[in-house]
Amino acid sequence: MKYLDEFNDPDLARALFDDIARITTQPWAIMEVCGGQTHSIIRNGIDQLLPDGIELIHGPGCPVCVTPLGVIDKALEIAARPGVIFCSFGDMLRVPGSDRDLFQVKSEGGDVRVVYSPLDAVNLAADHPDRDVVFFAIGFETTAPANAMAVHLADQRGLTNFSVLVSHVLVPPAIEAIASSPTTRVDGFLAAGHVCSVMGTRQYAPLVERFGVPIVVTGFEPLDVLEGIRRVVQQLEAGVAELDNAYARVVSDEGNSAAQRMLDDVFEVCDRQWRGIGEIPRSGWKLAERYAHFDAETRFGVSEIDTPESELCRSGEVLQGLIKPHECAAFGEECTPRTPLGATMVSSEGACAAYFQYRRLDVPVAVE
Amino acid sequence: MCLAVPGQIIDVREEQGTRMATISFDGIHKDICLAYLPDIEVGDYAIVHVGFAISKVDEESALETLQMFKDLGILDEELGVDAAEDSGIEAAP
Repeated sequence: MKYLDEFNDPDLARALFDDIARITTQPWAIMEVCGGQTHSIIRNGIDQLLPDGIELIHGPGCPVCVTPLGVIDKALEIAARPGVIFCSFGDMLRVPGSDRDLFQVKSEGGDVRVVYSPLDAVNLAADHPDRDVVFFAIGFETTAPANAMAVHLADQRGLTNFSVLVSHVLVPPAIEAIASSPTTRVDGFLAAGHVCSVMGTRQYAPLVERFGVPIVVTGFEPLDVLEGIRRVVQQLEAGVAELDNAYARVVSDEGNSAAQRMLDDVFEVCDRQWRGIGEIPRSGWKLAERYAHFDAETRFGVSEIDTPESELCRSGEVLQGLIKPHECAAFGEECTPRTPLGATMVSSEGACAAYFQYRRLDVPVAVE
Repeated sequence: MCLAVPGQIIDVREEQGTRMATISFDGIHKDICLAYLPDIEVGDYAIVHVGFAISKVDEESALETLQMFKDLGILDEELGVDAAEDSGIEAAP
């Protein structure tokens, strides 16, 4: 059991927990779709401190986790090619493909580099005109503007030795897929604050209307998450479904218009595979036609690579909130952060990894 | 990489037509791109994700968030300070 004094403002945390307990009269299931929020919830024991009946379901909110195995295999194939400098955010390096990960490619002689910003990869391409620099462009709407700018600047600077392996995913279609599933147990959603800081909040209004579920834009710090939960419960208990913004200090209704213009220029919406879930229509971005020559899949001829997921792994059910991580037989056995079988154990922001790290084998099995 | 970290703009400059800045995350300095926050000035606080300022934020909440990152020991991890050392892989310049 976690304690209130681990919150940065224990009095406020207590007041929020007390208020949630006071207004809760029946069971509700609330899904967060943000790896940062999942991490805060598990680390601070928010789910354990909430009143009985309030269940938190950890949605597909970690971009590393939902990147399909086939895309990882494409990355490994490209990174192993002679003459390639393969650039990636650090947390993709341990993600296992079918038979190895990017670390192994590096140890076998591949030139794999961790970058802080995608612009670092563009500068590498400018500095090494004799090499092919490939950037692994993954992430949600928060990360996409940075990756879009990298492509835009590479184009502007006439860099012909730069390309991107794109696997961008979008939050609203994932919420739509979960809300419209016949097996869904979700009564309300926390929308990811930083995604909304780019895209604004308006995209979520049609989902609220269509599915009659409250959606509250929420930050990722423990007190932010608590406030988001409180506002969802308040709506559910009042029998209303509205779009609300509990993270107004960072998120405006319209979002970041400069970033949105760049996204419109560089990317176009496409169907996308989500690791553990399958294909969700119009749930991703790919390069727009005028930037198609920056596509690493075509440049390196890896478009055909397609790899099935492990049969043991139940991460799809975890990502849809149908089971909790420790209810999977492989959890902590065949599947650990060192030997992950699937999406949610891969990244430290994944639900299974968070459960494993904080030793949450003691949580009671959720009643269906 | 999921998170975004607040920092204070230390200086602003043009680099090949793009507005860039040095930002301080509690003393750790990074070069970031300001293309998406064209009006931000030296001294302001911004939330930064993978080297891009995406949202302005007031000083008080920026400092609170930074403190939380420090308390949890995840500031270095988010900024990629440890990634290179852990992996034996050289971080790109």
